[in-house]
Amino acid sequence: MSTDVAVTDRASPFERIAVNAILVVAVVYALYPVLWVISLAFSSGSEPELRAFPVPHNVSLDNFRIVTGWGDSARGWLFAKQLMNSLVVSLATAIMAVAIATPTAYALARHDFVGKRSGLRTLLLTQMFPGVASAVPLYLILDALHLLDTRTGLVLVYAATAVPFAIFQLRGAFLAIPVDLEEAAMVDGATRTQAFLKVALPAARPAIAVTALFAFMSAWNEFILAATLIGRESAFTLPVVLQSYVGEYNTSWGAFAAGAILVSVPVMALFYVAQRQLISGLTSGGVKG
Amino acid sequence: MRRALAFLVALAVALALLPGCEEPARGIVVWHPYRGAEQKALETVASAFTAKTGTHVTLLAVPYDAYAAKLEAAIPRDNGPDLFISPHERLGSYLSNHLVAPAGDAFPDGDVARYDAKAVDAVTDRGTRYAVPLASKCVALYINTTLLPEAPATLDDLARMKGKLGANVWPLVYEAQSVYFHVPLLHAYGGQIFDGKTYAMVGPEASQAADKARDLIASGVVPPEPSGDLVKQLFASGRAAAAISGPWLAGDLPADVRYRVVPLPSIEGAGKMRPFLTVDGAFLTPQGARLPEARALARFFADGDMAKIRRAMGKQDVATKSVWEEHVDRPELRADDAVLAAFHEAALEAVPMPTSLAMRATWVPAEQALRKVIRGQSTAKEALDEGRVRYLDIMRAPPTKSPSPAPLMALLGLTLLALAFYAVKRARHPGFARELQDSKPAYKYVVHSALTILVLVVLPLLAGAATSFFAGTRDAPQFVGLTNYVEILTVRGAPLRDWLSHGSFYLTLVVTVAWTVVNVVAHVTIGLILGLLLARPFLKLRALYRVLLILPWAVPSYVTALAWKGMFHRQFGAVNAILVWLGAEPVSWFAKFSTAFTANVATNVWLGFPFMMVVVMGALTSIPKDVLEAAEVDGATRWQAFRLVTLPLLRPTLLPAVVLGSVWTFNMFNVVFLVSGGEPDGSTDILVSEAYRWAFARNAQFGYAAAYAVIIFGLLALMSRVLGKIGKDTEAKA
Repeated sequence: MSTDVAVTDRASPFERIAVNAILVVAVVYALYPVLWVISLAFSSGSEPELRAFPVPHNVSLDNFRIVTGWGDSARGWLFAKQLMNSLVVSLATAIMAVAIATPTAYALARHDFVGKRSGLRTLLLTQMFPGVASAVPLYLILDALHLLDTRTGLVLVYAATAVPFAIFQLRGAFLAIPVDLEEAAMVDGATRTQAFLKVALPAARPAIAVTALFAFMSAWNEFILAATLIGRESAFTLPVVLQSYVGEYNTSWGAFAAGAILVSVPVMALFYVAQRQLISGLTSGGVKG
Repeated sequence: MRRALAFLVALAVALALLPGCEEPARGIVVWHPYRGAEQKALETVASAFTAKTGTHVTLLAVPYDAYAAKLEAAIPRDNGPDLFISPHERLGSYLSNHLVAPAGDAFPDGDVARYDAKAVDAVTDRGTRYAVPLASKCVALYINTTLLPEAPATLDDLARMKGKLGANVWPLVYEAQSVYFHVPLLHAYGGQIFDGKTYAMVGPEASQAADKARDLIASGVVPPEPSGDLVKQLFASGRAAAAISGPWLAGDLPADVRYRVVPLPSIEGAGKMRPFLTVDGAFLTPQGARLPEARALARFFADGDMAKIRRAMGKQDVATKSVWEEHVDRPELRADDAVLAAFHEAALEAVPMPTSLAMRATWVPAEQALRKVIRGQSTAKEALDEGRVRYLDIMRAPPTKSPSPAPLMALLGLTLLALAFYAVKRARHPGFARELQDSKPAYKYVVHSALTILVLVVLPLLAGAATSFFAGTRDAPQFVGLTNYVEILTVRGAPLRDWLSHGSFYLTLVVTVAWTVVNVVAHVTIGLILGLLLARPFLKLRALYRVLLILPWAVPSYVTALAWKGMFHRQFGAVNAILVWLGAEPVSWFAKFSTAFTANVATNVWLGFPFMMVVVMGALTSIPKDVLEAAEVDGATRWQAFRLVTLPLLRPTLLPAVVLGSVWTFNMFNVVFLVSGGEPDGSTDILVSEAYRWAFARNAQFGYAAAYAVIIFGLLALMSRVLGKIGKDTEAKA
């Protein structure tokens, strides 16, 4: 362990190499199985050979054409619509989960109130029950609320599932923000609500971005509930479409892999854009807005 | 604040509703699991029906994995389809859930002669016909005609080709470890898996068949650990001279492979290999059976001309006889779809798969027994007898006499009483009214979350938990009080010395705890290291590293988990390739508990570390720079700065992620299911896989599965309390 200090950029060349080396090893670990999926997606006819380094066999875009319905306008439109559904549902889930969770997380971090401890405990407990067969009860509830077969119903269910984790995550973030800032604002005449909106909320922005990403991801990859609660092909989300390439006896792995890549591209793009929110406080410094 | 919130909620709802334009009239609704060519053919047939009758048909392709759940949820509420297409062997389960109605005039007596007799048998249950048979599926023998110009007469002829086909060419490839593909051998020796009433894969015939499968692999005739993918790859690349597979393989073979298909061969000293037959049928739901158009459509699907379309376009082995009779006269067409004709011929010799619910419970015990024999871990007789014991254990009937609900009621009553007592005590506390008054502002921030979670999270869970007091299948639920819990916690009445024996609840619990600890430690360590390294200011490629490192999270895990499984293959996996390159011995990853567990962990760590990394990255942002600068000024070493400044500040955000991460890992069913599948012999299964097995593979005993879920819940709640106490203690000491 070298003795120079973390904050300043006084890294020795050796250290720079070491850090990069560790990251490269991690990237190789992360990337290797994905390369296999990519090679599967770009191969046509047969499966790619299993070898130490995956290379596509007969490079072609056939699998992507199959998944997107290229050249078949009705199917192509359907795919576009399903992509749109996925985006809309996942974004709405992220917004809704954060909107529901943020005020609650703030109250749990800053206020003391009757039922707070049991509330927190219940929240944690909800995560502990394995959902072996919760699809059918959820179906009944949405049916009673007349939200079956609608995107709204699906978004509600996804958001509700994402809220407990979001509350914990955001409560942690609010706890980490020094309370002095809000107190100073309230001394200056701000109300509690204003202190929350104008001071605490901007300070928690990175955590909110991370939480929204989690909620987005949970909706983006889910298929069992989507397939159960939605009954029209034009309202399906992409994971449902992807999963239908998995049959009882055999699976069109090429098409599945191509779809998996298409599904992950928007996530990567979103993450790339959202990185700005995540740029480390160690470099940008302090709790700026 | 309210305005901002209201705006956000309105935006989310508007977004969710935005492209929600309504569809045209639905007409007759048909659900099906088809994709690709079969789907196209079905669409063509449906539009032909609309053209002929003017009735609109709405088709919905439902993924196979969600099919059963969707049917079970929708049909009893009359939201289901009028007609659905499904393999016939689920009929028993459909009947027990009241999802199907007799076919009635969709399949009148006069039509019996219209379809293949076997297909008619398949869709008939106790004399009533429940579906119109559409197409048959079974396995047959694919032969690479370049390697094997003559079709072998027997399996043994094929085995004798070993060594004569060139280096690295296997005489035969098939999924020897899967019971579905083992059944032809079993039938050849005169055995069977299910005798109409109970598990029947025992006795000398079954032993001979299992030994044969083991010998085929041990002598190098068939490659080890053959998965469906491997069958495809080896046959397509000319490294296997023959393959046992179904019609689906033909579509995946490249054009340059010369092959033909013949019915399965015989085995010397035994009989002919006869596969299981499954028949896709058009089933009428109780709702659809009332509609004459729906019944007409079901019959229309199997009409001679329509069957021809399904055969030509959908490459289906259709069950309508006239299609096949006609083709005898037109050899040029017959040559065109020789593969299909061969499958049709094979189907005529096949055995329709039994439909009863009890049959479905035989698969897992049979498969575990077969794999044990193939691995050479015990004699065939021992392994098969053990499979039968397991089956009988699964199928053990619930107690015939309903126990009195008194103990359960007493327990529930006591719980409620305790809660009420606590509430009253609290309310009578002198400062309570004031506290409640002070809490009012906070409730404004909380009430909407509480409501959402109560309705959409807690309520479904309570409904699930309530089923744990019942036993039996859905058609005949029976109140059994706490029996399910007693059964699980006493290891189904086993003597005390067996409580830690193989496959018991307590041993599985130990495995689950180990699984959770190893995974969470790895997730947090890797996530923390990468998060901190990525925060180093001198990194030039930070953005690139970050995006590449979240890949495991971004790509749907279903396909990546299977990529991992492939990487751990004994013969062809990349991991063994690297080991050999390093000069080590290749490892049979799924033959031993330790290595199979390692494979599962490697996959799950890969899937989970980006999540922790992102949590750490987010948490690091909230650490003010000046705090670290102060530490620097004070002359802290980097380790001291990390341990005394960074880590305590990361704690509030990291802690919930660690706690919830542990809970999620404890219940992480997918990876175990997709990678090791519990191999070897169910030893790598975790508690939640048991719950899933009871719900979906073991006679659909939802009560038992729910009891498992409640017990898991109780264990986790207990664990979190203990951990919370420890956490508080250390915090106090620090």
